[in-house]
Amino acid sequence: MPWLIYAAGKDNWGDIHLKTLMLGNEAVARGLYEGGVAVVSSYPGTPSTEITEYVAEYDEVYSEWAPNEKVAMEVAFGSAFAGKRSFCGMKHVGLNVAADPLFTISYTGINAGMVIAVADDPGMHSSQNEQDSRHYARAAKLPMLEPADSAECLQFAKFGFELSEQFDAPVLLRLCTRIAHAQSIVETSERVEHAARTYVKDQPKYVMMPGYARLRHPIVEERMKALTEFAETSDINRVEMGGRSIGFITSGTAYQYVKEVFGDSVSVLKLGMVYPLPVQKIRDFAASVERVVVLEELDGFIEEHCRAIGVEVSGKDIFPIIDEFSQNLVREKMGLDVPQGRALEDVIPQRPPVMCAGCPHRGLFYALVKNKATVLGDIGCYALGAMAPLKAMDYTICMGASVSGLHGFNKALGEEGEKRAVGVIGDSTFMHSGVTGLINIAYNGSNSTLIIADNSITGMTGHQQNPTTGLNIKGDPAGKVDIEALCRAVGISRVRVVDPYNLKECEDVVREELDAPEPSVIISRRPCALLKTVKHNPPLRVNEEKCRGCRSCMKIGCPAISFKDKKAKIDSTLCVGCGVCTQMCAFDAFESESREGTAQ
Amino acid sequence: MTQNIMIVGVGGQGSLLASKLLGRLMMNAGLDVKVSEVHGMSQRGGSVVTYVRAGEKVYSPIIDVGEADYIISFEMLEAARNLKFLAPKGRIITNTQQIAPMPVITGDAEYPDDLAGKIAATGADIDAFDALSLAEQAGSAKAVNIVLMGRLSRYLDISEADWLRAIEETIPPKFLEMNKKAFMLGRSAT
Repeated sequence: MPWLIYAAGKDNWGDIHLKTLMLGNEAVARGLYEGGVAVVSSYPGTPSTEITEYVAEYDEVYSEWAPNEKVAMEVAFGSAFAGKRSFCGMKHVGLNVAADPLFTISYTGINAGMVIAVADDPGMHSSQNEQDSRHYARAAKLPMLEPADSAECLQFAKFGFELSEQFDAPVLLRLCTRIAHAQSIVETSERVEHAARTYVKDQPKYVMMPGYARLRHPIVEERMKALTEFAETSDINRVEMGGRSIGFITSGTAYQYVKEVFGDSVSVLKLGMVYPLPVQKIRDFAASVERVVVLEELDGFIEEHCRAIGVEVSGKDIFPIIDEFSQNLVREKMGLDVPQGRALEDVIPQRPPVMCAGCPHRGLFYALVKNKATVLGDIGCYALGAMAPLKAMDYTICMGASVSGLHGFNKALGEEGEKRAVGVIGDSTFMHSGVTGLINIAYNGSNSTLIIADNSITGMTGHQQNPTTGLNIKGDPAGKVDIEALCRAVGISRVRVVDPYNLKECEDVVREELDAPEPSVIISRRPCALLKTVKHNPPLRVNEEKCRGCRSCMKIGCPAISFKDKKAKIDSTLCVGCGVCTQMCAFDAFESESREGTAQ
Repeated sequence: MTQNIMIVGVGGQGSLLASKLLGRLMMNAGLDVKVSEVHGMSQRGGSVVTYVRAGEKVYSPIIDVGEADYIISFEMLEAARNLKFLAPKGRIITNTQQIAPMPVITGDAEYPDDLAGKIAATGADIDAFDALSLAEQAGSAKAVNIVLMGRLSRYLDISEADWLRAIEETIPPKFLEMNKKAFMLGRSAT
């Protein structure tokens, strides 16, 4: 719980602030709350995570972290089906996981309103691809709203429930990083409780067997026509007439860049609903200006629509399909003067993200390097094992691919693969999509070695609880999956637990399990060093008499260790005394400031 | 006229709190405000950038090359990395602390010397000082962010009382006195 309860509209002194500064994600949470959401289920994913974290602060709302996005969406649907307003949120790739229910709940429609937030990441600040989620709205035949600032995040989230109930469809709310993670001013209002709708058994609407589904499809097509009509008339798609030499059709952040650069000197058709798109409104707008430019990040989604309805526009012929936009990009591509910056002649070294000092994944990856292992990686902090100097990762694809891909790798190469390849997956990711891959390993019999890096939290997204931590979203005691028992239950008899702070043990166990004649799971267990519950040892220091400057300690890539005047140096503000470096040093040069609680 | 302030540093240094304080300060002054943050992977010890924009009406959530009126930097290399964002008459306020990035730690790259001097040589207005020592003097190395805010307060046309009010509204009571001290040290130190 943050100290300052912005969301409740009160600050620490109890003053009411109807206008307050909110992160886009927080504003979505506020909109859901004001709109009477009853059930929220999500899986964390940057840049969507904080929506659900903020919702969880409202006691009137049931909220949870689900094991994955498919489960989350089905939970939310279950609530909407039962008659209470619901929500699930995810990042763009999460919608791939939840795509299965998405396409069919589009057919059934809902009983009470359902809003699904999907957060895209143009520029890939924290993602493995740059997919454009608007394609899902078209493919699944669902309405999609796209806010352009926090105020609209609040309004659209709230309005999403109305739209959902009016058109009997789940409503997609598309965000992107610069909306989700930007704060701007919002006006809050009180929550309006939404009376539960009566649950009535209705097989033709909700039992999607072929006979009934065939009857639903035409209803979906009619609904999209009605929604297109709504797009024509609603002021959610608004025209801001200014100068008529250029007319921009735009939405989301791109709208902000147009206004930043051109102000009122151009005309703008600002789309708050990006699917379905209006036809006549676009034609009328195009007819009122000399030239139409579609400004949209990622794919030419609106542009294709304009071309399809016979409106001549510029778009991806001027603007890139790759990366996020900015005001200078708009200036440059539109032929305006671009501000120039100063530069130094020096090469400024990059500062890539790294595993934190004391990160439990570090020792594990060092053990894998020592074993010359081929490492099939997964999605989480441990993907940083791919970075220099360890470079201990051979692929990273998507949630769970370390496990299932390992099986395929070993089926392709046989013993040659089985003796050197491991999969590495985190505890939360294993719950998300890893366990099914492990079942496949056991069932279809590859002699695979899977490592579960159990740091007792969902780390990369900022410490969310998961089914292995024994705590729920509010930090209260909850069910706890026993990872060892689960692995044994699916048919893996060799399950071993190692402490990644112990390099020798880690290295030996990895070797033994790669050599073992049957599939195995190694659980590398140590809580994330950033967890507030973790007690740290005092920082280590370097005894310069003993340090020979051999640089062995540099092989583990700890940000707390650097090299100066041919001696190792420890940054005492970063070091947590994990003692992994002491095991790298043949000369005992690392010493603990206090002998009590000394690192091993 | 929109005021553009960039806060740059290394993941984990506390730039989010500084941006929250600035956002609050500007909103209290009756301005429209946008603050853009970076979360997720880049927070893990990587370069982080936060944009704070305030004015009558703010559209873009980000600050682009050549637009920053102030660049507040927690670390020298990050000040140099983001120099291109500085507006022609902008000012860099930076902590002189140096934190070696991984390519420097592994010996693949060198940390350039005399960055403050080189930045000044480009004609940029730079105020480089040891904010870390002042933060430690105030009671915690983590208060570097508030020391830097104190330094910024010397240049902005906002009263000390307004700054202190915004600090009271954003800092948990437990750390308030220490942070007020850090602010005043940054504001008054020569």
